[in-house]
Amino acid sequence: MSGEFEPLIIGFTCNWCSYRAADMAGTARFKYPPNIRLLRLMCSGRLDPTFVLKAFREGADGVLITGCHPGECHYIEQNYKALRRVLLLKRLLGSMGLNPERVKLVWASAAEGGRLAREISSFVEHVRALGPLGWPQRAMANGRYAAREEIEEVPA
Amino acid sequence: MTSANGKRQIPRIGVYVCHCGSNIAGTVDVEEVAKWAKERLGEQGVVVAKEYKFMCSSLGQELIAEDIRKERLDRVVVAACSPHLHEKTFRGAAARAGLNPYLCEMTSIREQVSWVHTDKILATEKAKALISGTVARVREHSPLESITVPINETTLVVGGGIAGIQAALEIANTGHPVYLVEREPSIGGHMAQFDKTFPTLDCAACILTPRMSEAGSHPGIHLLTWSEVEQVEGYVGNFTVSVRKKARYVNTELCTGCGICWQKCPKNVLDDKFEVGLGYRKAIYTPFEQAVPRFPVIDRETCTYFEKGTCKACEKFCPTGAIALEQQDELVSFQVGNIVLATGYDLFDARRVPQYGYGRLPNVFTSLEFERMCNAAGPTNGDIVLRDGKTVPKTVGIIHCVGSRDRNYNNYCSAICCMQSLKFAHLVKERTGAEVYNFYIDLRTTAKDYDEFYQRVLEEGTLFVRGRVAEIIDGAQLPGGDERMVIQVEDTLAGCQRHIPVDMVVLSAALEPRADAGEVAKQFGISCSSNGWFTERHPKLDPVATMTEGIFIAGCATGPRDIPNTVAQGSATAARVVSYIAQAELALEPIRASVAEATCSGCRICNGLCPFNAIVFHEDRMVTEIMTALCQGCGTCVAACPAGAITCTGFSNDQVIAQIEGMMAVAFQPEPV
Amino acid sequence: MSENGKPKFAMYWAASCGGCDIAVLNIHEKILDVDANFEVVFWPVAVDAKYKDVEAMADGEILLTLFNGGMRNEENAHMARLLRRKSQILIAFGSCANEGCIPGLANLSPVEEIFETAYATVSTENAAGIRPQPETQVAEGVLSIPAFSPVLRTLNQVVDVDYYIPGCPPESHQIAAVIDVVLAVLAGKAQLPPKGSMLGVGQSTVCDECTRVRNVRKITGFRRIQDLECIDPQVCLLEQGVLCTGPATASGCTALCPKAGAPCAGCYGPAQGVLDFGARMMSAVASVIDSNDAEEIDRILDGLVDPAGSFYRFNLAHSVLRTGRASWNGN
Repeated sequence: MSGEFEPLIIGFTCNWCSYRAADMAGTARFKYPPNIRLLRLMCSGRLDPTFVLKAFREGADGVLITGCHPGECHYIEQNYKALRRVLLLKRLLGSMGLNPERVKLVWASAAEGGRLAREISSFVEHVRALGPLGWPQRAMANGRYAAREEIEEVPA
Repeated sequence: MTSANGKRQIPRIGVYVCHCGSNIAGTVDVEEVAKWAKERLGEQGVVVAKEYKFMCSSLGQELIAEDIRKERLDRVVVAACSPHLHEKTFRGAAARAGLNPYLCEMTSIREQVSWVHTDKILATEKAKALISGTVARVREHSPLESITVPINETTLVVGGGIAGIQAALEIANTGHPVYLVEREPSIGGHMAQFDKTFPTLDCAACILTPRMSEAGSHPGIHLLTWSEVEQVEGYVGNFTVSVRKKARYVNTELCTGCGICWQKCPKNVLDDKFEVGLGYRKAIYTPFEQAVPRFPVIDRETCTYFEKGTCKACEKFCPTGAIALEQQDELVSFQVGNIVLATGYDLFDARRVPQYGYGRLPNVFTSLEFERMCNAAGPTNGDIVLRDGKTVPKTVGIIHCVGSRDRNYNNYCSAICCMQSLKFAHLVKERTGAEVYNFYIDLRTTAKDYDEFYQRVLEEGTLFVRGRVAEIIDGAQLPGGDERMVIQVEDTLAGCQRHIPVDMVVLSAALEPRADAGEVAKQFGISCSSNGWFTERHPKLDPVATMTEGIFIAGCATGPRDIPNTVAQGSATAARVVSYIAQAELALEPIRASVAEATCSGCRICNGLCPFNAIVFHEDRMVTEIMTALCQGCGTCVAACPAGAITCTGFSNDQVIAQIEGMMAVAFQPEPV
Repeated sequence: MSENGKPKFAMYWAASCGGCDIAVLNIHEKILDVDANFEVVFWPVAVDAKYKDVEAMADGEILLTLFNGGMRNEENAHMARLLRRKSQILIAFGSCANEGCIPGLANLSPVEEIFETAYATVSTENAAGIRPQPETQVAEGVLSIPAFSPVLRTLNQVVDVDYYIPGCPPESHQIAAVIDVVLAVLAGKAQLPPKGSMLGVGQSTVCDECTRVRNVRKITGFRRIQDLECIDPQVCLLEQGVLCTGPATASGCTALCPKAGAPCAGCYGPAQGVLDFGARMMSAVASVIDSNDAEEIDRILDGLVDPAGSFYRFNLAHSVLRTGRASWNGN
């Protein structure tokens, strides 16, 4: 393994479109980097911003949020709620000094396995270019990037 | 890994890693993954971890079932293909071994790992991460029971076109009552306006009217015409519907439908609905002779009495005293178990294509106008004539795809226009002997006997020009032109521009969603596609159901379709509804949200978020409640509740948070030994 | 037990404003019950006792310690560890000890910037540019002052905490109620609540106690309360476009601020079981923004100045991310 920074990304998928797009990417053998770990929700409307913060806190360098295309939500219009939350979340992260580009919202229908694979690949590269976020190493040490063991870690 | 409610017993989890032949094992070191899960996830409660060639095989399932019994497993994680393939299989296996099926969870290491990654070491680590996340998640699972609701045997059918009539008859024939609601004074829908039907050329009225009267006289069908659904509450099995019966100003108990009133009514009104502006009716009228029910309505907008306070000719002449000018709208409310929406379509407004001159050039007609013109009971008694009412055309141009297959209007194909245009061509030939041109992009004659009909029309001598018509030019404007119009078109087969003079043009206008389809969808808690058609639960495998249990859709409300297809859908909804009624009660997926009433502050943030109207606010207690049977489990309200008072099963905060922690507990690549 | 047989009581302030101490004194005659039932062994704001007195005590000698203030420097953390050892029951008292409160917002800034503001801005006379040094060599030897921590931590991020009483400061009637419970426990008439409980709060959120009228939510724009021409005294502030965090804030304060016409800022912290106050509140308001168009939503969000300060005014140090710009500086 090279010493190059390998970002870890958590991806939230909607049960009806993007999770199925991931299924389709698999069936069609579209390749994408293994840096992303997908998690299924019933709908992008289920996306609680807490989940995104939690992913960062657990060491994710980026978070990909995926849902049905506008107007195609399985639950009629809940993906718009995800859109609203993500737009505000990005502002919040920005005002906290965390680069909002670490969060990305992508619409992908069940038929768009190829598109999902491409979006994942480009997001992985984008986050790689941003560099490590490394919450555990940095947050408690004021940006000095301490080793994890040095941090006085008490469960929240 | 402690949950909010503190300590709990350490679960006994079994992890099962599938090889899927070499589909997974070729890229993921499955032996290593299973060994790792047993060793490293022991603290999480993993007591068994096994790999097997094909977990989904009966032997694989038995392996899991046996462990559940022998090892007293109370949680199962299957790392294999997508849960969309085999979640049911493994949950079934767990249930057979006595474990609540919702304590079994899958993680996809085939579609999401082995099939999309190539590096075996990294793929193996990712598989571990996904399993770690799922193990953490399944710890937070609790047993779930599916919810059962009783099904009221009464059905509401909205829309009295052929789709709604078909659905209503099929359901009522099984002995279950039906309310059939139609907003026009009569049932019949668009089909009642047509003349002949393709490709058999039998007359629409001849085949439709027997069905209409059957529906009108069926003891199991309660007909509510001149009525609209005002409110829908409740959920599958148990909807409460309010219908506004608009005032007819005619007492239907007394009316015999003799027709004296409309003969005596002095007020002539241009009929822009049924006769699409080609004919006249009276202020008291039935839309057509064979209307069902036969009772007329008084059009308040045009009736002299309602305008000036005098006249009452109808009242004077009515032999049974059935005219009731003081009648008011009436709200009726009833319970139904299922709802069929067959609300039909609107015709594309051809005025939106100004270069075709509809509305400006008198002898440009729409397809519906042409249908009425051909109809023997129509405004011209079936004579195909120009707008002047007497001149028989010598040349007719029929233009396909007006407002459809056109990115300026609608991208979709309207499905019926090709056959309809061929039918028109045949009728023109038959009745006038005129020369007929059909201007088409592609000819689509895919159903039974359709292409044979096309061949017949070809043989009759109809001329076909492939190309989208650019413009219909007023001949009088051209140098040396006459009163005829000139169709300008690029003939894409001949590769040249053509200018074809014609006396009459018929525009095969697109079928569009009803103007109020969006509002109707919202009222019933279903969705529309981006084009505005009602969305099916599944376009292929469940084409007449919707995402909302108990709401079914049929006919052109779901997209353009011909009569056989529409009738088939009407029957299909009936089959679905009757199947629900026969089951007497329905089991629903237990993925639902609920409100902890003590924690709910009544802030009302969630109140407007549910498209299925499952969220109800109790003003008296200032708390919100989620109607379990209406909830579809999307979880939007859970994520929005600022007090954390809304929770949901299957995808709770604890479950998702645990899964994130579990997933992130495994590094990208193995730590150096 | 002390010589007079009364259980021992301590109260300490770490990085806080002192309002919590005042709030305890503000419980009126109930303070006499405290004095009658406890021996106050350590309470810097009220009695004279030294750190070494506490150090000299046996472990667990103090029955009850109310600890207010966050962990801004090593002294704060040292006292937290000390009092944890000496106390049977340690209560995080007030917003700072619970969630960091206003001092916790300093987690948005790097330490250098905090020092810059404190020691070099126009309001400070410090021509020599002197900055605090952990150790200073003087003629008599080495002087040391407590090191300033990289970020402010809450009490339970440093030591184990038994109970939590939130609020900035906790409301006097809630403090009095907790004291009644403790006295009942001492008299053997009640059981202690389960460890980790929040005390002195309601089960729900501020809206539960707020009397303003509210309808189904739709947000078309955000305004700061000072920018409103007139405030409708009857209608929910959030409905008037003001970011009132009442929907997400634990009840117990009797909705003092919104009732008085000021938006709730969240000092009572999240409702029980909520992981991240800011995320909850943010998700709630974003969900009801009345637009499905990204540009329009962004235009509405432009009205929200300072999202971090608005959503995490009291909770940043205890939020999921705990910290802000200080740590990743735009990365």
